[in-house]
Amino acid sequence: MSSGEKPAYTGTMKLHYDVNASDFSKAGVVSGEVKKLLKVKRGVPAEVVRNVAIAMYEAEINMVIHANGGHIDIEITEKEITIIFADKGPGIPDIAKAQQAGFSTACENIRSLGFGAGMGIPNMKKYADFLDIKSEVGVGTTVTMKIFL
Amino acid sequence: MTVSDIKDLLEAEVLCGEEFLSNHVHTACGSDMMSDVLAYVKDQSVLLTGLCNPQAIRTAEMMDIVCVVFVRGKQPDEAIVELARERHITLLSTELRMFAACGILYEAGLRGGAKS
Ligand SMILES: Nc1ncnc2c1ncn2[C@@H]1O[C@H](COP(=O)(O)OP(=O)(O)OP(=O)(O)O)[C@@H](O)[C@H]1O
Ligand SMILES: [Mg+2]
Repeated sequence: MSSGEKPAYTGTMKLHYDVNASDFSKAGVVSGEVKKLLKVKRGVPAEVVRNVAIAMYEAEINMVIHANGGHIDIEITEKEITIIFADKGPGIPDIAKAQQAGFSTACENIRSLGFGAGMGIPNMKKYADFLDIKSEVGVGTTVTMKIFL
Repeated sequence: MTVSDIKDLLEAEVLCGEEFLSNHVHTACGSDMMSDVLAYVKDQSVLLTGLCNPQAIRTAEMMDIVCVVFVRGKQPDEAIVELARERHITLLSTELRMFAACGILYEAGLRGGAKS
């Protein structure tokens, strides 16, 4: 094998990450790591990798700014990546409303950090091939997304 | 247009990524709200922003943006510069305000990523 030409790894992988909300500068670290893994280790096309990274980043940020952190579970197969974001935050009272472009409950503090345009969930829908949001007020929120590789 | 052209047009200071100044840029986006930026992806883009925190760099990372320009003379701290350096993103800082900086680049022929 010539140097620098590693075969893309295609076996099934499972990953688990804890997302801590105490350090805002770390929000997005998981999305960045998964991006790198898909690109470098699995040889997924750049455009698909970018779709995964953006959809994940929006959900990871939401988990940090709206729900005080949570867990991310990922399964990667040859065909697709499934990502589950689970938090024990305040929950979303009206999911249909939360999905509308421009709807946000973000306060001025969050807006000053660059978020709160109400475009996160619309972006997840745009870049993921499948999106499901389940939420219960006072219990938490689970976002499941899938992207075909 | 290259990153170097943008630096000259905006009379910007290079904070890191000097070695990538010859990279080509095809589209630009100017916003302080990261989800607005994340809505429209184009290859080889530059991001102009007044948001001076690590999430401006992470947004650029997710989108494969090649250059981030901080407007209004914003100076990021070393941790932000290091984040960009690791990701091979050129960071520029210009004294110009957002409207003027975008206008100058538009006049020079750069366009925004159209709604797809
Ligand atoms: N994990 C979550 N827990 C609780 N509420 C959430 C969660 N994710 C989203 N929401 C609610 O749904 C709204 C819309 O989310 P969305 O990501 O679309 O916009 P945003 O986060 O407010 O702004 P942006 O994503 O543009 O920065 C949020 O303002 C918030 O009220
Ligand atoms: Mg959001």
